[in-house]
Amino acid sequence: MGARVVTVTSGKGGVGKTTTTANISVALSRLNQRVVMLDADIGLRNLDVVTGLENRIVYDIVDVVEGRCNLRQALIKHKQFPSLYLIPAAQTRDKTAISPADMLDIVAKLKPEFDFVIIDSPAGIERGFRNAIAPADEVLIVTNPEVSAVRDADRIIGLLEAENKQPGKLVINRLKPDMVKKGEMLSADDITDILALDIIGIVPEDEFVIPASNSGVPVTLNEDSKAGLAFQNIARRLLGENVPLMDLEQQPGFFRRLVKLFNG
Amino acid sequence: MNEREQVSIKGTKEGLLIALSPSEEWLGITQELADKLDQQSTFFSGAKVTIDVGARPVPKYELSSLKALLERRGMLLSLVRSESATTLASANSLDLRTFSTDNSHLEDTQIPQRDRNEDDRGDKPIDSEEMGTQGVMVKRTLRSGRTVHSRGHVVVFGDVNPGAKIIAAGDVVVWGKLRGMVHAGAEGDDSVIVCALDMNPNQLRIADHIVTSPAEHHRQVTPEVAFVRDGQIVVEAWT
Ligand SMILES: Nc1ncnc2c1ncn2[C@@H]1O[C@H](COP(=O)(O)OP(=O)(O)OP(=O)(O)O)[C@@H](O)[C@H]1O
Ligand SMILES: [Mg+2]
Repeated sequence: MGARVVTVTSGKGGVGKTTTTANISVALSRLNQRVVMLDADIGLRNLDVVTGLENRIVYDIVDVVEGRCNLRQALIKHKQFPSLYLIPAAQTRDKTAISPADMLDIVAKLKPEFDFVIIDSPAGIERGFRNAIAPADEVLIVTNPEVSAVRDADRIIGLLEAENKQPGKLVINRLKPDMVKKGEMLSADDITDILALDIIGIVPEDEFVIPASNSGVPVTLNEDSKAGLAFQNIARRLLGENVPLMDLEQQPGFFRRLVKLFNG
Repeated sequence: MNEREQVSIKGTKEGLLIALSPSEEWLGITQELADKLDQQSTFFSGAKVTIDVGARPVPKYELSSLKALLERRGMLLSLVRSESATTLASANSLDLRTFSTDNSHLEDTQIPQRDRNEDDRGDKPIDSEEMGTQGVMVKRTLRSGRTVHSRGHVVVFGDVNPGAKIIAAGDVVVWGKLRGMVHAGAEGDDSVIVCALDMNPNQLRIADHIVTSPAEHHRQVTPEVAFVRDGQIVVEAWT
């Protein structure tokens, strides 16, 4: 059997892939899962910063591929969550330094040791994206309630279909319920109307997220953060728990429809 | 422009067939190809391309720069035809076959591999008059970034999402929501029709007529058909 391989991707940049990867990985490890995060954003690594592991990096994924170290040496263990590990991206190299075949190889070696391999994808649809999705069993597509982000998510979904991957699940990040209510922001319904995918989580815009990322303590550890709770719920849903989506919109009918979408 | 055809570009039901003269100087040919494509870039963007170089041995680096040239114009090189083993080896090492199932456009319109026999490889581009009566059936939602070109009609059994594009010489029928861009009668025929169960394209063209979608307040969701009447695109209930 081995680990489930979950790739977090988006098409458009800056929508919250790294934030999502870090938070669901931490949340899963707190649910007693053995988790390894794989940063596939070669050249622009930041998963290590967001998870507070930057200072501990000795080797990175390119060192593994190019044989300067073995896989075990590149694994960084999180002190606070001993079942959480990271394989960092290289900072100095470009994304062509590794290939989809390298990713398959690395992931195959990690699978027996873990319950989850969570891969943080770079933005775009180039090599880095193909690297990130090559080993994926499941894909989480992060989008924002914005027309351009949804358009790019749609593109990604089409590319995944062409790769014969399972249909992904949607993470809608940075939703502002007030703006949705005023009709100034796409609602979850507007988004699924176009993308026709199940939603695995809706994460509100939350002022705790940025300071949490800056300090390397993912926001899901903050009990007061709604976004933190939303990420925790995503982790539980990944484990098959039936957690209703948070009612962020208080719009009659909305909540029920989403639950239906999620379950259906 | 050169007297002799160094570069010929033809639409086939699988996409574009680009034949490059096997004897002329490669740099000149690729330059001419780039020029030709740039003149009609909007029409070709998104197309899947078959390159035929005849007997010319094309080394890998030349083939990969040709591939890049096409990609910069939004086209996808999926198949290389050549008699030269060198060219075929270059194509192989560039993964061109697996590429066609990767980012391919138009794959729905491809002849399934099993229906193709070996000596069918050198198939001629299909004559456009005959293609006028043919069509392609796309049995899935066309998502953003995807383009379907056809010298005939196009039927989509699914939605056409914003950012997707259909360019057809004939009619376009969408059994689903039409929210992308459609150009029917793209070779000038303004007697064609476009119909959809939910007609809300971000742009609709029939021959050289264009309409953009009005702001969508209180839009009727009902099957509609668009066609040209008195030099204008009109939309009516599809009954
Ligand atoms: N729910 C949220 N509320 C507030 N800020 C957020 C939220 N989610 C993400 N952010 C912030 O948005 C920024 C971009 O997030 P992140 O780095 O996770 O995106 P990304 O998709 O990984 O970007 P890239 O494409 O560059 O890799 C960060 O500053 C992050 O802290
Ligand atoms: Mg990132």
